[in-house]
Amino acid sequence: MITTPLTKNVHEDRRVVLVEDYEANGGYQGARKSITQMTPSECLQVIKDSNLRGRGGAGFPTGMKWSFVPMDNVSPGHKYLVCNADEMEPGTFKDRLLMECDPHQLIEGMICGSYTIQADIAYIFLRGEYVKAAETLSQAIKECYAKGYLGRSIMGTNYSLDLYLHTSAGRYICGEETALINSLEGKRANPRAKPPFPQVSGLWGRPTIVNNVETLCNISHILDHGPEWFQELGIGEDAGTKMYGVSGNVQNPGCWELPIGTTIREILEVHAGGMLPGYSFRGLLPGGGSTDFLVEEHLDLAMDYGTIGKAGSRMGTGTMIILDDKTCPVGMVKNLIDFFAHESCGFCTPCRDGLPQTAHILQDMSSGKGETRDIETLERLVKFIGSIGNTHCALAPGAMEPLQSAMKYFPEDFERHAEGKKCNYCETD
Amino acid sequence: MNNSVNSLSTEELSAIDEELEHAPYRSAVAIDALKIVQSHRGWVSDSSIKEIANYLEMSSEELDSIATFYNLIFRRPVGENVILFCDSVSCWIRGCAKLEKHINKTLGITRGQTTEDDKFTLVPVPCLGACDKAPVMMVGDSLHENLTEESINRILEDAAVKGKER
Repeated sequence: MITTPLTKNVHEDRRVVLVEDYEANGGYQGARKSITQMTPSECLQVIKDSNLRGRGGAGFPTGMKWSFVPMDNVSPGHKYLVCNADEMEPGTFKDRLLMECDPHQLIEGMICGSYTIQADIAYIFLRGEYVKAAETLSQAIKECYAKGYLGRSIMGTNYSLDLYLHTSAGRYICGEETALINSLEGKRANPRAKPPFPQVSGLWGRPTIVNNVETLCNISHILDHGPEWFQELGIGEDAGTKMYGVSGNVQNPGCWELPIGTTIREILEVHAGGMLPGYSFRGLLPGGGSTDFLVEEHLDLAMDYGTIGKAGSRMGTGTMIILDDKTCPVGMVKNLIDFFAHESCGFCTPCRDGLPQTAHILQDMSSGKGETRDIETLERLVKFIGSIGNTHCALAPGAMEPLQSAMKYFPEDFERHAEGKKCNYCETD
Repeated sequence: MNNSVNSLSTEELSAIDEELEHAPYRSAVAIDALKIVQSHRGWVSDSSIKEIANYLEMSSEELDSIATFYNLIFRRPVGENVILFCDSVSCWIRGCAKLEKHINKTLGITRGQTTEDDKFTLVPVPCLGACDKAPVMMVGDSLHENLTEESINRILEDAAVKGKER
């Protein structure tokens, strides 16, 4: 019984898993089974039944996303599967591990996914800074062509697939799926208006599925072992495992594959070893820089989409960032807002102008030049920028999540800074 | 203007042609072409923009709007080694602001600047995805983790001696 499908091959020293070892350990069985024995609609049903949800942050059911791709072949032409390997959410470091350590797992998942939606071309959109992952993936793609897992007539069938690695030239916004598509087309990475959704009209106007690395890494295992096996891997209402991570001033920062639904406390105290000596816990961002803070009272919650959602945050990427008592929440939020202001694509006003204004106020507050009206201004900005529908994409509303929740859970810090007082832990240059 | 100096080299053209093989139209490889030229020349000059745009049958203005959007395309000359300094939240919690000041002092440059000997350019970069080893930075193609002032001194000295990291 495999309980950690995503990391079962990963070596302790993080050297890459060789194709021979990957195959010897059950690799390419999921792809072989699906392509030679199952129809695309049977594969889709298995993924739907597995209850797999997108691991990139939004948690959208993968099977449902795939089911929107037209399968009638009324309009002949290409269909595309794109792997979103543009990992850049602050505090997120899970996809790097999966790609550097076991690149064939991702490629096999992409072969299965492409077969299911009958895509004939697939892309890996990899951030430019992931130099090692680019090397391991390029090598793995070459091996797949040599072994007949990619190219014409895969595994003796009439199914053909070409897979290309695209290394990006930067910018966080490329992680937004329609911005990613524009970037893959060689354009500026401005998000597109939806509808039409990419499943119908995506890359070069053709049906396109964009999935996160971790999501795709699950696919071959589900097809190989079945949806029931996958469901049983999870603890609560969600299915499968999750790559959880912890960063900040903790004893043992890292990334672990655990049953989805493991409690925050277990991840933080058992796996990350608790806080470093001299630091105490104040709060955490559960899944990257654009999720709402959670605090002490939430530590026994299960890290799954529904539970964290009900607590007023999002599981996001599942990689937590810990706020300690020697880090100022105002300064931490300022760092995040600076990031999002810098990474705005500049397309819509609330994001392009609203985020720098928010950053400016937080700069003043953290450097001891705060004014009492600042809190009211921030609240107004949160309301205006944070409402989905006011902005072209989810970047600016995401940026408001840590700010609004920090103001809710750490009001004394914001009040202190709004009185123009300096802080022991904020940069005061 | 001497055209031969600025025209794209055979290596650059064949690398761009390789990308064009699986592109539905020429301007679709704009970003790949910018990266290819930059990998040969270190940065993308105005004349390179014109050359690439011409080759991809698009206007220089359109290509420049793409080049200036992406932070890993350099439209000004950079040093032998570009320092991609992570200033995102996990590195910030672990003290990267102090380390950036240390680099400022050691190399005499701030963000966006290049040292007088053209050895280093310092730029910030979005979260490098190695937050369990924060603070981190890249020098050239190499990732450096768990940074301290001492380790930064060592990394910069090595890189200055070795030249461009590959």
